Amino acid sequence: MSAFAQTQTNETFVLNLGPQHPATHGVLRVKLVMDGEYIVDAEPVLGYIHRMHEKMGENRTWAQFMPNTGRMDYLHALAYNHGYVSVVERAAGIEVPERAEYLRVITTELNRISSHLLWFGAFVLDLGGFSPLLYAFDDREQILDLLESVTGSRLTYCYFRFGGVYNDIDENFAAGARAFIKRLRERMPMYHALVTKNIILMKRLQEIGPISEEMCRKYGATGPVARGSGINFDVRKHEPYSIYPELRFDVPVYTEGDSMARYMVRMDEIEQSMRIVEQALDKLPEGPVMAAKAPKIIKPAKGDYYHAVETARGSFGVRVVSDGSNTPYRLKLRSPTFSNLSLFGEACRGMLLPDALALMGSLDLVIPEIDR
Amino acid sequence: MIDYLKEIISGTWSLFVGLGITIKYFFQPVVTVQYPRQTLPMTPRFRGHIELVRDEETGGTKCVVCGMCQKACPSGCITVEGEKKEGGKGKVLSEYTLDFTKCSLCGLCVESCNFGAITFSKDYNLAGLRKEAYVFDLKKRLEEKK
Repeated sequence: MSAFAQTQTNETFVLNLGPQHPATHGVLRVKLVMDGEYIVDAEPVLGYIHRMHEKMGENRTWAQFMPNTGRMDYLHALAYNHGYVSVVERAAGIEVPERAEYLRVITTELNRISSHLLWFGAFVLDLGGFSPLLYAFDDREQILDLLESVTGSRLTYCYFRFGGVYNDIDENFAAGARAFIKRLRERMPMYHALVTKNIILMKRLQEIGPISEEMCRKYGATGPVARGSGINFDVRKHEPYSIYPELRFDVPVYTEGDSMARYMVRMDEIEQSMRIVEQALDKLPEGPVMAAKAPKIIKPAKGDYYHAVETARGSFGVRVVSDGSNTPYRLKLRSPTFSNLSLFGEACRGMLLPDALALMGSLDLVIPEIDR
Repeated sequence: MIDYLKEIISGTWSLFVGLGITIKYFFQPVVTVQYPRQTLPMTPRFRGHIELVRDEETGGTKCVVCGMCQKACPSGCITVEGEKKEGGKGKVLSEYTLDFTKCSLCGLCVESCNFGAITFSKDYNLAGLRKEAYVFDLKKRLEEKK
Protein backbone atom coordinates (compact mmCIF):
# COMPACT_ATOMS: atom_id res chain seq x y z
CA MET A 1 0.00 0.00 0.00
CA SER A 2 2.85 2.36 0.76
CA ALA A 3 4.31 2.11 -2.75
CA PHE A 4 0.89 2.83 -4.15
CA ALA A 5 0.41 5.86 -1.95
CA GLN A 6 3.73 7.33 -2.97
CA THR A 7 3.17 6.98 -6.69
CA GLN A 8 -0.46 8.02 -6.82
CA THR A 9 -1.10 10.53 -9.57
CA ASN A 10 -4.24 11.74 -11.24
CA GLU A 11 -3.52 9.75 -14.37
CA THR A 12 -5.43 6.51 -14.14
CA PHE A 13 -6.63 4.26 -16.95
CA VAL A 14 -9.13 1.44 -17.25
CA LEU A 15 -7.85 -2.04 -18.08
CA ASN A 16 -10.15 -4.84 -19.11
CA LEU A 17 -9.16 -8.19 -17.67
CA GLY A 18 -11.18 -10.70 -19.62
CA PRO A 19 -13.81 -11.81 -20.57
CA GLN A 20 -11.38 -13.94 -22.59
CA HIS A 21 -8.29 -14.10 -20.43
CA PRO A 22 -6.36 -17.24 -19.51
CA ALA A 23 -6.07 -16.21 -15.84
CA THR A 24 -9.79 -15.80 -15.32
CA HIS A 25 -10.47 -19.45 -16.32
CA GLY A 26 -13.69 -18.70 -18.11
CA VAL A 27 -15.71 -15.73 -19.14
CA LEU A 28 -15.18 -13.40 -16.20
CA ARG A 29 -14.47 -9.76 -16.92
CA VAL A 30 -12.82 -7.51 -14.36
CA LYS A 31 -12.74 -3.77 -14.97
CA LEU A 32 -9.52 -2.55 -13.40
CA VAL A 33 -8.78 1.11 -12.78
CA MET A 34 -5.02 1.23 -12.93
CA ASP A 35 -2.41 3.71 -11.84
CA GLY A 36 0.60 2.43 -13.71
CA GLU A 37 1.12 -1.15 -12.52
CA TYR A 38 -0.98 -0.60 -9.38
CA ILE A 39 -4.68 -1.31 -9.09
CA VAL A 40 -6.79 1.58 -7.82
CA ASP A 41 -10.14 -0.15 -8.11
CA ALA A 42 -11.52 -3.39 -9.49
CA GLU A 43 -15.05 -4.28 -10.46
CA PRO A 44 -15.96 -7.80 -11.52
CA VAL A 45 -18.50 -7.83 -14.36
CA LEU A 46 -20.60 -10.97 -14.33
CA GLY A 47 -23.24 -12.49 -16.54
CA TYR A 48 -21.32 -13.73 -19.56
CA ILE A 49 -22.29 -17.35 -18.90
CA HIS A 50 -25.61 -16.84 -17.12
CA ARG A 51 -27.92 -19.72 -18.03
CA MET A 52 -30.88 -19.13 -15.69
CA HIS A 53 -30.44 -22.38 -13.78
CA GLU A 54 -32.82 -21.17 -11.07
CA LYS A 55 -35.54 -20.35 -13.58
CA MET A 56 -34.89 -23.62 -15.41
CA GLY A 57 -35.52 -25.42 -12.13
CA GLU A 58 -38.91 -23.78 -11.81
CA ASN A 59 -39.94 -25.04 -15.23
CA ARG A 60 -38.90 -28.67 -14.81
CA THR A 61 -39.94 -31.49 -12.56
CA TRP A 62 -37.85 -32.09 -9.45
CA ALA A 63 -35.98 -34.97 -11.06
CA GLN A 64 -35.41 -33.19 -14.34
CA PHE A 65 -33.30 -30.52 -12.64
CA MET A 66 -30.74 -33.15 -11.55
CA PRO A 67 -28.45 -32.89 -14.62
CA ASN A 68 -28.30 -29.09 -14.20
CA THR A 69 -26.61 -29.36 -10.81
CA GLY A 70 -23.56 -30.98 -12.38
CA ARG A 71 -23.27 -28.14 -14.86
CA MET A 72 -22.93 -25.36 -12.32
CA ASP A 73 -19.63 -26.30 -10.76
CA TYR A 74 -18.22 -28.68 -13.30
CA LEU A 75 -15.18 -29.39 -11.12
CA HIS A 76 -17.08 -30.59 -8.06
CA ALA A 77 -20.33 -31.73 -9.65
CA LEU A 78 -21.05 -34.44 -7.09
CA ALA A 79 -21.24 -32.01 -4.17
CA TYR A 80 -23.83 -30.04 -6.12
CA ASN A 81 -25.73 -33.27 -6.79
CA HIS A 82 -25.52 -33.92 -3.07
CA GLY A 83 -26.87 -30.51 -2.09
CA TYR A 84 -29.83 -30.75 -4.40
CA VAL A 85 -30.84 -34.34 -3.61
CA SER A 86 -30.49 -33.66 0.12
CA VAL A 87 -32.84 -30.69 0.07
CA VAL A 88 -35.43 -32.57 -1.98
CA GLU A 89 -35.12 -35.60 0.30
CA ARG A 90 -35.62 -33.32 3.28
CA ALA A 91 -38.67 -31.76 1.62
CA ALA A 92 -40.23 -35.04 0.50
CA GLY A 93 -39.23 -36.95 3.65
CA ILE A 94 -37.30 -39.69 1.86
CA GLU A 95 -35.07 -41.95 3.95
CA VAL A 96 -31.73 -42.78 2.34
CA PRO A 97 -30.12 -46.20 2.94
CA GLU A 98 -26.84 -46.04 4.83
CA ARG A 99 -24.81 -47.64 2.06
CA ALA A 100 -26.02 -44.98 -0.37
CA GLU A 101 -24.87 -42.22 2.01
CA TYR A 102 -21.44 -43.84 2.27
CA LEU A 103 -21.19 -44.08 -1.51
CA ARG A 104 -22.18 -40.42 -1.78
CA VAL A 105 -19.44 -39.39 0.62
CA ILE A 106 -16.79 -41.58 -1.03
CA THR A 107 -17.49 -40.28 -4.51
CA THR A 108 -17.91 -36.66 -3.36
CA GLU A 109 -14.57 -36.70 -1.56
CA LEU A 110 -12.80 -38.27 -4.55
CA ASN A 111 -14.35 -35.54 -6.64
CA ARG A 112 -13.10 -32.94 -4.14
CA ILE A 113 -9.55 -34.26 -4.51
CA SER A 114 -9.82 -34.06 -8.30
CA SER A 115 -11.14 -30.50 -8.03
CA HIS A 116 -8.28 -29.43 -5.77
CA LEU A 117 -5.74 -31.13 -8.03
CA LEU A 118 -7.05 -29.26 -11.04
CA TRP A 119 -7.02 -26.03 -9.09
CA PHE A 120 -3.45 -26.74 -8.00
CA GLY A 121 -2.31 -27.28 -11.58
CA ALA A 122 -4.17 -24.29 -12.99
CA PHE A 123 -3.08 -21.99 -10.17
CA VAL A 124 0.60 -22.78 -10.63
CA LEU A 125 0.04 -22.37 -14.36
CA ASP A 126 -1.30 -18.85 -13.71
CA LEU A 127 1.90 -18.08 -11.84
CA GLY A 128 3.99 -19.27 -14.77
CA GLY A 129 4.90 -22.85 -13.84
CA PHE A 130 3.73 -25.26 -16.49
CA SER A 131 4.97 -28.69 -15.43
CA PRO A 132 3.06 -29.11 -12.09
CA LEU A 133 -0.16 -29.07 -14.13
CA LEU A 134 0.91 -32.25 -15.90
CA TYR A 135 1.65 -34.06 -12.64
CA ALA A 136 -1.70 -32.95 -11.20
CA PHE A 137 -3.57 -34.09 -14.31
CA ASP A 138 -1.84 -37.47 -14.16
CA ASP A 139 -3.33 -38.04 -10.70
CA ARG A 140 -6.65 -36.45 -11.58
CA GLU A 141 -6.99 -38.79 -14.53
CA GLN A 142 -6.96 -41.75 -12.12
CA ILE A 143 -9.90 -40.25 -10.20
CA LEU A 144 -11.81 -39.55 -13.40
CA ASP A 145 -11.33 -43.18 -14.49
CA LEU A 146 -12.55 -44.40 -11.09
CA LEU A 147 -15.59 -42.15 -11.10
CA GLU A 148 -16.35 -42.97 -14.73
CA SER A 149 -16.43 -46.66 -13.89
CA VAL A 150 -19.14 -46.05 -11.29
CA THR A 151 -21.08 -43.00 -12.52
CA GLY A 152 -20.77 -43.38 -16.29
CA SER A 153 -19.48 -39.88 -16.96
CA ARG A 154 -16.18 -38.12 -16.46
CA LEU A 155 -16.97 -34.54 -15.53
CA THR A 156 -20.61 -33.46 -15.26
CA TYR A 157 -21.75 -36.31 -13.03
CA CYS A 158 -25.38 -37.02 -12.34
CA TYR A 159 -24.97 -39.96 -9.99
CA PHE A 160 -27.22 -39.31 -7.00
CA ARG A 161 -30.95 -39.88 -7.05
CA PHE A 162 -33.72 -38.96 -4.65
CA GLY A 163 -33.44 -41.79 -2.13
CA GLY A 164 -30.04 -43.20 -3.03
CA VAL A 165 -27.54 -43.44 -5.84
CA TYR A 166 -27.82 -44.48 -9.47
CA ASN A 167 -26.01 -47.81 -9.15
CA ASP A 168 -23.80 -49.73 -6.76
CA ILE A 169 -20.02 -49.85 -6.80
CA ASP A 170 -18.13 -53.02 -7.62
CA GLU A 171 -15.01 -54.52 -6.03
CA ASN A 172 -12.78 -52.96 -8.65
CA PHE A 173 -13.85 -49.50 -7.56
CA ALA A 174 -13.07 -50.08 -3.89
CA ALA A 175 -9.69 -51.63 -4.73
CA GLY A 176 -8.99 -48.90 -7.26
CA ALA A 177 -9.84 -46.13 -4.76
CA ARG A 178 -7.52 -47.65 -2.14
CA ALA A 179 -4.73 -48.04 -4.68
CA PHE A 180 -5.21 -44.46 -5.79
CA ILE A 181 -5.03 -43.10 -2.24
CA LYS A 182 -1.85 -45.05 -1.62
CA ARG A 183 -0.38 -43.62 -4.81
CA LEU A 184 -1.43 -40.04 -4.04
CA ARG A 185 -0.04 -40.31 -0.47
CA GLU A 186 3.30 -41.23 -2.00
CA ARG A 187 3.10 -38.36 -4.45
CA MET A 188 2.14 -35.59 -2.00
CA PRO A 189 5.74 -35.09 -0.79
CA MET A 190 6.72 -34.78 -4.45
CA TYR A 191 4.15 -32.00 -4.92
CA HIS A 192 5.46 -30.19 -1.86
CA ALA A 193 9.09 -30.53 -2.99
CA LEU A 194 8.27 -29.50 -6.55
CA VAL A 195 5.92 -26.60 -5.82
CA THR A 196 5.30 -25.67 -2.18
CA LYS A 197 8.95 -25.30 -1.22
CA ASN A 198 9.88 -23.65 -4.51
CA ILE A 199 11.37 -20.24 -3.74
CA ILE A 200 9.63 -18.57 -6.70
CA LEU A 201 6.20 -19.77 -5.57
CA MET A 202 6.89 -18.77 -1.97
CA LYS A 203 7.91 -15.27 -3.04
CA ARG A 204 4.82 -14.96 -5.25
CA LEU A 205 2.38 -16.09 -2.55
CA GLN A 206 3.66 -15.24 0.92
CA GLU A 207 2.14 -12.03 2.26
CA ILE A 208 0.48 -11.45 -1.13
CA GLY A 209 -3.24 -10.77 -1.31
CA PRO A 210 -4.05 -10.67 2.40
CA ILE A 211 -7.73 -11.19 3.19
CA SER A 212 -8.71 -10.42 6.75
CA GLU A 213 -11.17 -12.41 8.80
CA GLU A 214 -13.39 -9.34 8.94
CA MET A 215 -13.45 -9.04 5.14
CA CYS A 216 -14.43 -12.70 4.82
CA ARG A 217 -17.34 -12.15 7.20
CA LYS A 218 -18.37 -8.96 5.41
CA TYR A 219 -18.64 -10.63 2.01
CA GLY A 220 -19.79 -14.05 3.22
CA ALA A 221 -16.72 -15.89 1.98
CA THR A 222 -16.64 -19.58 2.83
CA GLY A 223 -14.52 -22.61 2.12
CA PRO A 224 -10.73 -22.51 1.78
CA VAL A 225 -10.80 -18.71 1.39
CA ALA A 226 -12.33 -18.26 4.84
CA ARG A 227 -10.27 -21.06 6.38
CA GLY A 228 -7.11 -19.44 5.05
CA SER A 229 -8.08 -16.30 6.98
CA GLY A 230 -8.52 -18.07 10.29
CA ILE A 231 -12.25 -18.77 10.22
CA ASN A 232 -12.79 -22.32 11.39
CA PHE A 233 -15.94 -23.10 9.44
CA ASP A 234 -16.65 -26.21 7.44
CA VAL A 235 -20.25 -27.25 6.76
CA ARG A 236 -19.24 -30.91 7.04
CA LYS A 237 -18.11 -30.29 10.61
CA HIS A 238 -20.28 -27.47 11.87
CA GLU A 239 -23.65 -28.21 10.24
CA PRO A 240 -23.10 -31.93 9.74
CA TYR A 241 -25.06 -33.76 7.09
CA SER A 242 -24.98 -37.24 5.58
CA ILE A 243 -22.52 -39.52 7.46
CA TYR A 244 -19.81 -36.94 8.11
CA PRO A 245 -20.34 -36.98 11.91
CA GLU A 246 -19.27 -40.65 11.93
CA LEU A 247 -15.98 -39.94 10.20
CA ARG A 248 -12.84 -38.49 11.73
CA PHE A 249 -11.23 -35.65 9.88
CA ASP A 250 -9.70 -32.28 10.67
CA VAL A 251 -10.51 -28.88 9.25
CA PRO A 252 -7.27 -27.23 8.17
CA VAL A 253 -7.21 -23.58 9.27
CA TYR A 254 -4.43 -21.07 8.61
CA THR A 255 -4.48 -17.62 10.16
CA GLU A 256 -2.11 -15.77 7.80
CA GLY A 257 -4.84 -14.85 5.30
CA ASP A 258 -2.42 -14.57 2.39
CA SER A 259 -2.45 -16.53 -0.86
CA MET A 260 -0.03 -19.07 0.60
CA ALA A 261 -2.48 -19.82 3.42
CA ARG A 262 -5.26 -20.56 0.96
CA TYR A 263 -2.86 -22.74 -1.03
CA MET A 264 -1.91 -24.69 2.09
CA VAL A 265 -5.55 -25.14 3.15
CA ARG A 266 -6.35 -26.85 -0.13
CA MET A 267 -3.24 -29.03 -0.05
CA ASP A 268 -4.15 -30.14 3.49
CA GLU A 269 -7.76 -30.73 2.43
CA ILE A 270 -6.59 -33.22 -0.17
CA GLU A 271 -5.02 -35.23 2.65
CA GLN A 272 -8.13 -34.95 4.83
CA SER A 273 -10.32 -36.10 1.92
CA MET A 274 -8.07 -39.12 1.50
CA ARG A 275 -8.62 -39.93 5.18
CA ILE A 276 -12.39 -39.63 4.73
CA VAL A 277 -12.45 -41.92 1.69
CA GLU A 278 -10.34 -44.54 3.48
CA GLN A 279 -12.55 -44.55 6.58
CA ALA A 280 -15.73 -44.64 4.53
CA LEU A 281 -14.44 -47.58 2.49
CA ASP A 282 -13.56 -49.43 5.71
CA LYS A 283 -16.96 -48.79 7.25
CA LEU A 284 -18.99 -49.30 4.07
CA PRO A 285 -22.07 -51.32 5.12
CA GLU A 286 -23.90 -53.85 2.98
CA GLY A 287 -27.41 -53.18 1.84
CA PRO A 288 -29.47 -51.50 -0.83
CA VAL A 289 -28.30 -48.31 -2.54
CA MET A 290 -31.77 -47.03 -3.29
CA ALA A 291 -34.61 -46.51 -0.83
CA ALA A 292 -37.36 -49.04 -1.50
CA LYS A 293 -40.06 -46.50 -0.75
CA ALA A 294 -38.65 -43.70 -2.90
CA PRO A 295 -41.51 -42.39 -5.01
CA LYS A 296 -40.99 -42.10 -8.76
CA ILE A 297 -42.88 -38.84 -9.02
CA ILE A 298 -41.75 -36.42 -6.34
CA LYS A 299 -44.32 -34.04 -4.89
CA PRO A 300 -42.90 -32.54 -1.66
CA ALA A 301 -45.28 -31.09 0.88
CA LYS A 302 -45.85 -27.33 0.81
CA GLY A 303 -43.05 -25.49 2.51
CA ASP A 304 -39.67 -23.84 2.44
CA TYR A 305 -36.55 -26.01 2.71
CA TYR A 306 -32.82 -25.31 2.85
CA HIS A 307 -29.77 -27.52 2.84
CA ALA A 308 -26.12 -26.58 2.64
CA VAL A 309 -23.15 -28.75 1.67
CA GLU A 310 -19.42 -28.11 1.68
CA THR A 311 -18.05 -28.05 -1.84
CA ALA A 312 -14.42 -27.65 -2.84
CA ARG A 313 -14.99 -23.90 -2.98
CA GLY A 314 -17.15 -23.35 0.06
CA SER A 315 -20.67 -23.61 1.32
CA PHE A 316 -23.25 -24.33 -1.35
CA GLY A 317 -26.84 -23.93 -0.25
CA VAL A 318 -30.06 -24.84 -2.01
CA ARG A 319 -33.34 -23.34 -0.94
CA VAL A 320 -36.49 -24.77 -2.46
CA VAL A 321 -40.03 -23.60 -2.01
CA SER A 322 -42.61 -26.22 -2.81
CA ASP A 323 -46.26 -25.56 -3.51
CA GLY A 324 -47.03 -29.26 -3.47
CA SER A 325 -46.86 -29.70 -7.24
CA ASN A 326 -44.41 -31.70 -9.32
CA THR A 327 -42.23 -28.65 -10.10
CA PRO A 328 -40.46 -26.39 -7.59
CA TYR A 329 -42.16 -23.06 -6.95
CA ARG A 330 -38.83 -21.38 -6.29
CA LEU A 331 -35.29 -22.68 -6.43
CA LYS A 332 -32.52 -20.54 -4.99
CA LEU A 333 -28.91 -21.56 -5.35
CA ARG A 334 -26.35 -20.00 -3.05
CA SER A 335 -23.00 -20.52 -4.72
CA PRO A 336 -19.78 -20.07 -2.76
CA THR A 337 -17.61 -18.55 -5.48
CA PHE A 338 -20.00 -15.65 -5.98
CA SER A 339 -19.29 -14.48 -2.42
CA ASN A 340 -15.61 -15.35 -2.68
CA LEU A 341 -15.26 -13.24 -5.82
CA SER A 342 -17.13 -10.30 -4.28
CA LEU A 343 -14.24 -9.55 -1.95
CA PHE A 344 -11.77 -9.36 -4.83
CA GLY A 345 -12.59 -5.72 -5.56
CA GLU A 346 -11.68 -4.63 -2.05
CA ALA A 347 -8.82 -7.07 -1.50
CA CYS A 348 -6.83 -6.17 -4.59
CA ARG A 349 -6.80 -2.39 -4.06
CA GLY A 350 -3.26 -1.05 -4.15
CA MET A 351 -1.78 -4.31 -5.40
CA LEU A 352 0.45 -4.91 -8.38
CA LEU A 353 -1.35 -6.51 -11.32
CA PRO A 354 0.61 -9.81 -11.23
CA ASP A 355 -0.03 -10.07 -7.48
CA ALA A 356 -3.74 -9.50 -8.02
CA LEU A 357 -3.75 -12.39 -10.49
CA ALA A 358 -2.10 -14.57 -7.85
CA LEU A 359 -4.84 -13.52 -5.44
CA MET A 360 -7.54 -14.24 -8.02
CA GLY A 361 -6.07 -17.69 -8.68
CA SER A 362 -6.00 -18.46 -4.97
CA LEU A 363 -9.76 -17.76 -4.74
CA ASP A 364 -10.35 -20.79 -7.03
CA LEU A 365 -12.99 -19.27 -9.26
CA VAL A 366 -15.32 -21.42 -11.33
CA ILE A 367 -17.22 -18.99 -13.53
CA PRO A 368 -20.29 -21.09 -14.49
CA GLU A 369 -20.96 -21.42 -10.79
CA ILE A 370 -20.78 -17.66 -10.17
CA ASP A 371 -23.26 -16.92 -12.93
CA ARG A 372 -25.40 -20.08 -12.62
CA MET B 1 22.64 -10.48 6.22
CA ILE B 2 23.17 -14.13 7.13
CA ASP B 3 19.45 -14.78 6.69
CA TYR B 4 19.60 -13.16 3.27
CA LEU B 5 22.46 -15.40 2.15
CA LYS B 6 20.76 -18.44 3.65
CA GLU B 7 17.63 -17.66 1.67
CA ILE B 8 19.60 -17.37 -1.55
CA ILE B 9 21.24 -20.74 -0.96
CA SER B 10 18.08 -22.56 0.16
CA GLY B 11 16.07 -20.89 -2.61
CA THR B 12 18.53 -21.96 -5.28
CA TRP B 13 18.58 -25.44 -3.80
CA SER B 14 14.74 -25.61 -4.00
CA LEU B 15 14.94 -24.93 -7.73
CA PHE B 16 17.39 -27.79 -8.19
CA VAL B 17 15.14 -30.10 -6.15
CA GLY B 18 12.30 -29.29 -8.54
CA LEU B 19 14.47 -29.89 -11.57
CA GLY B 20 15.58 -33.20 -10.05
CA ILE B 21 11.95 -34.32 -9.81
CA THR B 22 11.24 -33.47 -13.43
CA ILE B 23 14.40 -35.30 -14.53
CA LYS B 24 13.38 -38.34 -12.49
CA TYR B 25 9.94 -38.41 -14.12
CA PHE B 26 11.48 -37.87 -17.55
CA PHE B 27 12.92 -41.38 -17.43
CA GLN B 28 9.73 -43.01 -16.17
CA PRO B 29 7.18 -44.70 -18.44
CA VAL B 30 4.81 -42.50 -20.44
CA VAL B 31 1.30 -42.30 -18.96
CA THR B 32 -0.53 -40.97 -22.02
CA VAL B 33 -1.71 -42.96 -25.05
CA GLN B 34 -1.38 -41.94 -28.68
CA TYR B 35 -5.04 -41.43 -29.58
CA PRO B 36 -6.39 -42.21 -32.24
CA ARG B 37 -3.73 -44.85 -33.00
CA GLN B 38 -4.20 -46.29 -29.52
CA THR B 39 -7.50 -46.29 -27.68
CA LEU B 40 -8.44 -47.21 -24.15
CA PRO B 41 -11.24 -49.70 -23.39
CA MET B 42 -14.54 -48.08 -22.47
CA THR B 43 -15.95 -48.76 -19.03
CA PRO B 44 -19.15 -50.87 -19.09
CA ARG B 45 -21.17 -48.07 -17.50
CA PHE B 46 -20.11 -45.41 -19.97
CA ARG B 47 -23.12 -43.28 -20.84
CA GLY B 48 -23.15 -42.44 -24.52
CA HIS B 49 -26.24 -41.43 -26.47
CA ILE B 50 -29.19 -43.81 -26.22
CA GLU B 51 -29.94 -46.74 -28.48
CA LEU B 52 -32.89 -49.07 -28.94
CA VAL B 53 -32.48 -52.60 -27.63
CA ARG B 54 -33.23 -55.53 -29.93
CA ASP B 55 -35.85 -57.98 -28.75
CA GLU B 56 -34.21 -61.36 -29.32
CA GLU B 57 -37.57 -63.12 -29.68
CA THR B 58 -39.13 -60.99 -32.36
CA GLY B 59 -36.03 -59.40 -33.86
CA GLY B 60 -37.71 -56.00 -33.54
CA THR B 61 -37.65 -53.47 -30.74
CA LYS B 62 -38.88 -53.86 -27.17
CA CYS B 63 -40.50 -50.42 -27.24
CA VAL B 64 -44.25 -50.30 -26.61
CA VAL B 65 -44.58 -46.55 -27.34
CA CYS B 66 -45.64 -45.61 -23.79
CA GLY B 67 -43.84 -42.26 -24.10
CA MET B 68 -42.27 -42.35 -20.63
CA CYS B 69 -38.79 -41.53 -21.97
CA GLN B 70 -40.18 -38.57 -23.86
CA LYS B 71 -41.81 -37.26 -20.68
CA ALA B 72 -38.75 -37.88 -18.51
CA CYS B 73 -36.34 -36.03 -20.80
CA PRO B 74 -35.47 -32.59 -19.34
CA SER B 75 -34.45 -31.16 -22.71
CA GLY B 76 -37.20 -32.62 -24.88
CA CYS B 77 -34.85 -34.34 -27.30
CA ILE B 78 -36.77 -37.60 -27.74
CA THR B 79 -39.67 -38.00 -30.16
CA VAL B 80 -41.56 -41.29 -30.09
CA GLU B 81 -44.28 -42.02 -32.61
CA GLY B 82 -46.36 -45.16 -32.83
CA GLU B 83 -49.12 -46.46 -35.02
CA LYS B 84 -52.04 -48.73 -34.25
CA LYS B 85 -51.41 -52.28 -35.35
CA GLU B 86 -54.29 -53.95 -37.13
CA GLY B 87 -55.72 -56.83 -35.20
CA GLY B 88 -53.16 -56.68 -32.35
CA LYS B 89 -53.41 -54.66 -29.19
CA GLY B 90 -51.29 -51.64 -28.34
CA LYS B 91 -49.10 -49.57 -30.59
CA VAL B 92 -46.12 -50.41 -32.76
CA LEU B 93 -43.12 -48.10 -32.91
CA SER B 94 -42.97 -46.22 -36.16
CA GLU B 95 -40.44 -43.51 -35.34
CA TYR B 96 -37.90 -42.94 -32.59
CA THR B 97 -35.83 -39.77 -33.03
CA LEU B 98 -33.12 -38.50 -30.72
CA ASP B 99 -32.00 -34.91 -31.15
CA PHE B 100 -28.50 -35.36 -29.77
CA THR B 101 -27.71 -31.63 -30.08
CA LYS B 102 -29.92 -30.99 -27.02
CA CYS B 103 -29.11 -34.15 -25.05
CA SER B 104 -27.22 -33.71 -21.78
CA LEU B 105 -26.58 -37.46 -21.29
CA CYS B 106 -28.33 -37.58 -17.92
CA GLY B 107 -29.83 -41.02 -18.53
CA LEU B 108 -33.26 -40.25 -17.05
CA CYS B 109 -34.88 -41.76 -20.16
CA VAL B 110 -33.14 -45.12 -19.66
CA GLU B 111 -34.18 -45.16 -16.00
CA SER B 112 -37.78 -44.26 -16.81
CA CYS B 113 -38.18 -47.15 -19.28
CA ASN B 114 -40.04 -50.05 -17.68
CA PHE B 115 -39.44 -52.40 -20.61
CA GLY B 116 -35.65 -52.19 -20.99
CA ALA B 117 -36.15 -50.91 -24.49
CA ILE B 118 -33.37 -48.31 -24.50
CA THR B 119 -29.74 -48.47 -23.43
CA PHE B 120 -26.58 -46.39 -23.66
CA SER B 121 -24.34 -46.82 -26.67
CA LYS B 122 -20.57 -46.90 -26.35
CA ASP B 123 -20.19 -44.53 -29.26
CA TYR B 124 -17.93 -41.61 -28.40
CA ASN B 125 -16.32 -40.65 -31.70
CA LEU B 126 -18.99 -38.10 -32.46
CA ALA B 127 -17.42 -35.27 -34.40
CA GLY B 128 -19.23 -33.80 -37.37
CA LEU B 129 -19.71 -30.70 -39.45
CA ARG B 130 -23.48 -30.40 -39.68
CA LYS B 131 -25.97 -30.34 -36.87
CA GLU B 132 -28.46 -32.43 -38.89
CA ALA B 133 -26.02 -35.32 -38.51
CA TYR B 134 -26.90 -35.42 -34.80
CA VAL B 135 -30.60 -36.06 -35.21
CA PHE B 136 -30.50 -39.81 -34.93
CA ASP B 137 -33.24 -42.07 -36.25
CA LEU B 138 -32.77 -44.82 -33.69
CA LYS B 139 -35.22 -47.24 -35.33
CA LYS B 140 -33.25 -47.05 -38.56
CA ARG B 141 -29.98 -47.53 -36.65
CA LEU B 142 -31.36 -50.67 -35.05
CA GLU B 143 -32.47 -52.07 -38.40
CA GLU B 144 -29.12 -51.25 -39.99
CA LYS B 145 -27.22 -52.97 -37.20
CA LYS B 146 -28.40 -56.44 -38.23
